[in-house]
Amino acid sequence: MTSAVVFKGVSRHFGSVRAVDEVDISVAEGEFFAMLGPSGSGKTTCLRLIAGFEQPTAGEISIFGQPAQGVPPYKRHVNTVFQDYALFPHLNVLDNVAYGLMISGTSKGERHRAAEEALELVALPGYGSRKPSELSGGQRQRVALARALVNQPKVLLLDEPLGALDLKLREQMQEELKALQRKLGITFVFVTHDQGEALSMADRVAVFNEGKIVQVGKPEDIYYRPEVPFVADFVGSSNVIPPRITEKVTGTWTTAAVRPEAIMLGDKGLPAKVRATSFIGTSTRVSLDLDGSQMVALLPKGQTIPEIGEHTHVSWAEDDIHLMEMTDE
Amino acid sequence: MSDVILDTDRKGILTRISDTLWRNPRLTILLLLTPPALWLGVVYLGSLFALLVQSFFSIDEFSGLIIREFTLKTYAELFTPANFDIIVRTVLMASAVTIAAALVSFPIAYYAARYAKGKWKAIFYLGVMLPLWSSYLVKVYSWKLILAKEGILNWLFETLHLSWLLNAYLSLPIIGGNSLSVSWTGTFLVFLYVWLPFMILPIQAALERVPRSMMEASGDLGATPAQSFRHVLLPLALPGVIAGSIFTFSLTLGDYIIPQIVGSSRRFIGQAVYAYQGTAGNIPLAAAFAVVPIVIMGIYLWVAKRKGAFDAL
Amino acid sequence: MHSDRASKGLKIAAGLGLAFMHLPILLIFVYAFTTEDKSYQWPPPGLTLKWFGVTWNRPDVWEALSLSVKVASISTVIALFLGTLCAAAVSRTRFFGREAISLMVILPIALPGIVTGISLRSAFNLADIPFSFWTIVLGHATFCIVVVYNNAVARFRRTSGSLVEASMDLGANSFQTFRYVILPNISTALLAGGMLAFALSFDEVIVTTFTAGQQQTLPIWMLEELVRPRQRPVTNVVAMVVVLVTFLPILGAYYLTRGTDTVAGQGK
Repeated sequence: MTSAVVFKGVSRHFGSVRAVDEVDISVAEGEFFAMLGPSGSGKTTCLRLIAGFEQPTAGEISIFGQPAQGVPPYKRHVNTVFQDYALFPHLNVLDNVAYGLMISGTSKGERHRAAEEALELVALPGYGSRKPSELSGGQRQRVALARALVNQPKVLLLDEPLGALDLKLREQMQEELKALQRKLGITFVFVTHDQGEALSMADRVAVFNEGKIVQVGKPEDIYYRPEVPFVADFVGSSNVIPPRITEKVTGTWTTAAVRPEAIMLGDKGLPAKVRATSFIGTSTRVSLDLDGSQMVALLPKGQTIPEIGEHTHVSWAEDDIHLMEMTDE
Repeated sequence: MSDVILDTDRKGILTRISDTLWRNPRLTILLLLTPPALWLGVVYLGSLFALLVQSFFSIDEFSGLIIREFTLKTYAELFTPANFDIIVRTVLMASAVTIAAALVSFPIAYYAARYAKGKWKAIFYLGVMLPLWSSYLVKVYSWKLILAKEGILNWLFETLHLSWLLNAYLSLPIIGGNSLSVSWTGTFLVFLYVWLPFMILPIQAALERVPRSMMEASGDLGATPAQSFRHVLLPLALPGVIAGSIFTFSLTLGDYIIPQIVGSSRRFIGQAVYAYQGTAGNIPLAAAFAVVPIVIMGIYLWVAKRKGAFDAL
Repeated sequence: MHSDRASKGLKIAAGLGLAFMHLPILLIFVYAFTTEDKSYQWPPPGLTLKWFGVTWNRPDVWEALSLSVKVASISTVIALFLGTLCAAAVSRTRFFGREAISLMVILPIALPGIVTGISLRSAFNLADIPFSFWTIVLGHATFCIVVVYNNAVARFRRTSGSLVEASMDLGANSFQTFRYVILPNISTALLAGGMLAFALSFDEVIVTTFTAGQQQTLPIWMLEELVRPRQRPVTNVVAMVVVLVTFLPILGAYYLTRGTDTVAGQGK
């Protein structure tokens, strides 16, 4: 399988700020690749490096094996769905979608037909004559998608495309995007700060922190087997267990992670004190104090909820603790 | 198209230029800036520099020719009693006009910013905009008509049997005169009229930035409306007043047409500049006089900047 | 201030203020129809349309008008070109000296007109440039740049950024992006700026007296009439026409930029 996008030691500095710091990535053709991280972690800059809006300070980027050094955005058959959609306010929806084809010199009839088809693909048939300002947020998002897809890009870049939508619409669009990607077979590179979004849609996820990739892997690996405390904490807020406690349980002096839903309360295990409880719908969240470290447990419906201040014991199945590489923590 | 990912073969002269510009963002900025920077730099800054240079020349008293040698003699001439009077007179007039403009502007700006809505907002806006942009000379001319002896103002006083009041006012020293059209009161009124919109707009802009809730909070904390106005609104409107005063002050300092058409025979800075460069042919002294408003405005702007007035521009 | 209703005193003060700004201009309209031709007598002894005909047949008025239109048109074109370039550069990126550029654009209008006027005159004098049509244009274009710049820079800020990137992303080079995305988005702002620049140039007198030789623009013609009146009713008619003619671009600019950017006022 060829690699669609490859980064080799790529850095992008803005003055003294290292927005992207020696990043290596290899995105396979046809893959749905998510770049996940908090804001300012360098994921959007990486996307802009692929699109050609930024040039790397150091390192090499190649797209389908060709070096992308010095190639301007308009010479890259890579298209972007922007975070704010960036629809042209002076053009109607049809002309927005047909813009790329107009630039490449496609005849008017042909590009309008292609644009209509693209609008159908994103479930907006017949919206062509409207102005972007007359559309809802979700509709604008679909138009932005159609405008990119109509050019049949080999790589589609999506910059937090669902960020501005409300929860329900976002969940619906997640499913649709995933289905669309399977159907078209295009490589998707998807930037998000929402771990749920990344985990549910992507084939592989790269987690960014402070300009570096801290872990790349399948969603399950990222979720269940975080390699560093940052990933454990950021992706689904695992409990990070300090070495002195890990040693008590496993005998190994290292940091470890345990998911909140894996924690059981009862008579056996390590002694802990209940600090707070809160009902969050499908389960109850219990904050615990464990010999000076904080821990969170999610108790499913039906379990006995302890009182605040109560003394209890914490345990988990042997499979559920994941030992991490020792870091400076 | 589908096989080529990076279309490096795309040619064409425009694309090639575009590539170069894209690779060199600084070159793009340079190309964009060169024409306006050349124009403003050469034509305008060059001229200001020429003015400055001329002000350090002097004039030969016998031949009337300009001596192109550095001297401070011309600047010293500014401090002769006659010339210094002109400067003081102009600054006093500019101050009076500025204070009056602030007082007259405030209710208009306050009403437009706070109470006018929808259609009335547009009416107020255009109501300030149209006088601002209508012809300066026509505005001055209209006051020549108003203040003329046989004009509407005298007619109004006569009709109301108040001519004695006008005459009593005109007999006052300094601000009075033979008639309104040759008095400093007349000059002052025309200045006030012509520069008024320049004061209203910045005050309105400053007032519009005061959130309504802030006045409500002040009332909520027990302030009477008058106290809220005095302690909350006025300080917040001050940057707007200062921004407006920059216009009224600067424009009055440099005007030579209004006092020439409506006013007494005693000169203002603008008239002095005009007269020295024209009939008198004393360009060095005219240049030195022109530097005076620049210096005064420089000091004024420096003070205004420290008060944060430029945020309201 | 607790209620949303203005007090009576405030209403009256605001209304009087607006009246103070408009009545003098309206007065001119009445004078254009007066039968009295020797003085500024009020109330007019009678009304007539005769002076419109007289003005129409005055070649000096037509010459001044045509010179003013020519100067304003060419100055506007130059100001549009230079002002747009400047706005594009300033809104595009932060670069060293940005503040200096903004200041330089605003300076010709911030300093008193007489300073600009005498500066240009002394420069022409030092460089031995004879006064001509082009010396007038040189001055006018200089102070018109700021009007175009102010209008364009606000619109550029809203247009640039991701729209430009989106266009390039879809395959358009810089020139295509300018043609198909930037220009359509800034065109109304440029039109408004151009109209205001035209109005500003058409009306300018202070700088013009220093940069014009024997030629008379319409404002200079009016100034002559104000200082040494020859036929007062003709001046009245010209004044009224000038007011009406300058209102059109102002209203046009207002409708073009309504609800989008702040209009123009700062420009003058």
